[in-house]
Amino acid sequence: MKRVYILRALGAALAFVLAGAAVADINIGVTLATTGPAASLGIPQKNTIELLPTSIGGEKVNWIVLDDASDTTKALTNARKLISEDKVDVIVGSSTTPNSLAMREAAVDSGTPMISLAASAAIINPTDPKTRWIFKTPQNDALMADAVAVSMKANGIKTLGYIGFADAYGDGWLAEIKRSAQTAGIKVVAEEKYNRNDPSVTGQVLKLISANPDAVLIGAAGTPGATPVKELVARNYKGKIYQTHGVANPDFLRVVGKDGNGQILPAGPMLVFEQLPDSNEVKKTAAEYVVKYEQKFGTRSTFGGHVYDAYILLSKAIPEALKKARPGTKEFRAALRDALENSNVTGTHGVFVMNANDHNGLDNRARVMVKVENEKWVLVK
Amino acid sequence: MDLSIAALLAQDGITNGAIYALLALALVLVFTVTRVVWIPAGEFVAWGTLTLAGLQTGAAPGTLKVLVGMAVIAGLMEAWGCLRRGQTGRLPRRLAAWTGVPVAVAALVWWLAPMQLPLPVQVLLTLVTMTTLGPLLYRVAYQPLAEASVLVLLIVSVALHFTLVGLGLWFFGAEGSRTPAFSSTSFTIQGVNISVQSLLVVASSLALIGALALFFGRTLYGKALRATAVNRAGARLVGISPDFAGALTFALAALLCGFSGVLIGPITTVYYDSGFLVGLKGFVGAIIGGLSSYPIAAAGALLVGLIESFSSFWASAFKEVIVFTLIIPVLLWRSLTTTHHEEDE
Repeated sequence: MKRVYILRALGAALAFVLAGAAVADINIGVTLATTGPAASLGIPQKNTIELLPTSIGGEKVNWIVLDDASDTTKALTNARKLISEDKVDVIVGSSTTPNSLAMREAAVDSGTPMISLAASAAIINPTDPKTRWIFKTPQNDALMADAVAVSMKANGIKTLGYIGFADAYGDGWLAEIKRSAQTAGIKVVAEEKYNRNDPSVTGQVLKLISANPDAVLIGAAGTPGATPVKELVARNYKGKIYQTHGVANPDFLRVVGKDGNGQILPAGPMLVFEQLPDSNEVKKTAAEYVVKYEQKFGTRSTFGGHVYDAYILLSKAIPEALKKARPGTKEFRAALRDALENSNVTGTHGVFVMNANDHNGLDNRARVMVKVENEKWVLVK
Repeated sequence: MDLSIAALLAQDGITNGAIYALLALALVLVFTVTRVVWIPAGEFVAWGTLTLAGLQTGAAPGTLKVLVGMAVIAGLMEAWGCLRRGQTGRLPRRLAAWTGVPVAVAALVWWLAPMQLPLPVQVLLTLVTMTTLGPLLYRVAYQPLAEASVLVLLIVSVALHFTLVGLGLWFFGAEGSRTPAFSSTSFTIQGVNISVQSLLVVASSLALIGALALFFGRTLYGKALRATAVNRAGARLVGISPDFAGALTFALAALLCGFSGVLIGPITTVYYDSGFLVGLKGFVGAIIGGLSSYPIAAAGALLVGLIESFSSFWASAFKEVIVFTLIIPVLLWRSLTTTHHEEDE
């Protein structure tokens, strides 16, 4: 009987020590779309997590990665689980806009800072009180759309046709490009939608061509962006073709092949960091990340860079927060939020200068125009 | 919209319709013989394209791993069955058929994959791989439940669909692939541009449908399958093994689906999860045929292709809505015109 007692006491002591250790660690909860329709974003992001160090500011960091299968409900469930069960100090994710919008609720309710990896500016819209706890690393659509409109104006384009995904990404870009185009004096003469898995876009492309625009913008992410290009080329479209930064991955170049040459798109500087002048602030950080990534996983993806940027933000903010409170406490999360809001760091996609009204903080340094030449990305100077 | 645009849209619709028609035929075939609503048909389409795309890059496609894995499981199931019934004498032959042949096919494709053989040979290898996968799927997933109700078989199909999509993501990755066109030339008749590629798609679909008609009309195996479709118990009484009929059906259906995959590859980018939507459109065609009539199913699939193509021109945002809404009037019409009879189980 006595032996059992001692064992129990030992067990309890051990559990206590382990729990104590777990509390002292910094827990970072990550939910990514590693399966489902957005898997081409989520997989390089998950790979990037594997490259990240396991200690920040002298404290051990646990990266807890969950898959939300590109599903909005699952993303919210994951966020709640990370907060209530894993007691995370900060949430990173998810890869897509709808998922990130859904997760905000969980982050705000519990007072946990969240760094989104999705594009839409709506996620951090400063007029929305929910966004006090929300930050994001990718460039806002508006920033990229402005760059596209400026480039179009410089190329003497007067009329524009748009074909994009029939989802939040495509609709978001349509709204942004309409605004930017109007500022640049460009008229949007045709709007078409398609789905990522459509076997053919012949109908949409014929309609675009019959409107005869000077240029076509394709609002798509990843390899599906190649489908309208192939069709436009097959139908002898002679105008310029623009893409969004959503296609900036090597698989897009593989699938689009020769037909992709001549396309222009805005992208984060890391895509073509080798071609940037040495004076560019972003070049060093981008090189550091891309070299590490390519050694282990093959060709770079700009989506992975967003995760690395989230890490860079945290690596600066966590030591600040540690001065005020211990990880695992409410005070630590609040201190972390305050530190993030005052971020001023250089990442792989640009320079983040945040304030209470801008939880993204990227400016013109976070975008370059890139052209596809000989099936490669070439920086437009 | 002028005539030349209408002609282009019709051409596009017929090309896609021909591909959906192959799928619709596969679905009708599987349903009539085995009573399985074969939802994973679409995955076989996607895997067909992705296998060919893998062979194009000179890498052994992930499909081979699935093939070997399923062959091992099928072999174990056969061995267990033989041992339980005490028929150890039959074991070597069964093992050779269920494990030996698929493993040999996988080894052959694996050996030939890095050789960058000409496109027709790669297509052939793809079709052989996909066709071998069909009966294995039946043996592992459906045969043990062959006598279960349609609903149970449907649930198995749904589960298989998710399993195969997951395996597809694992083996082929999240990004899509395209295969090279069989021909990039085109010619003009009466001011209408016709691409040789779409002619090839329609012609090869027609050829395959013709070959199937011959198979069912003229060969003993084909007649055996028809007999099973008409009356399972009766077919069994005259000595047609239902297990064999099921395996043969799945081989044919897998061939049809794999072939659609090969045809669709040059037209669009195919992803690990592309198959489901393509399969659903074939399914709409098959439903128009009441899951029993081959010619009406093929015509229905063609109609789906045409509607899809024209609605993508007029209202691209609502294209899928229009295509899938089509099924409601069809179901209404079918339920009003056909006499309903409870399934006798």
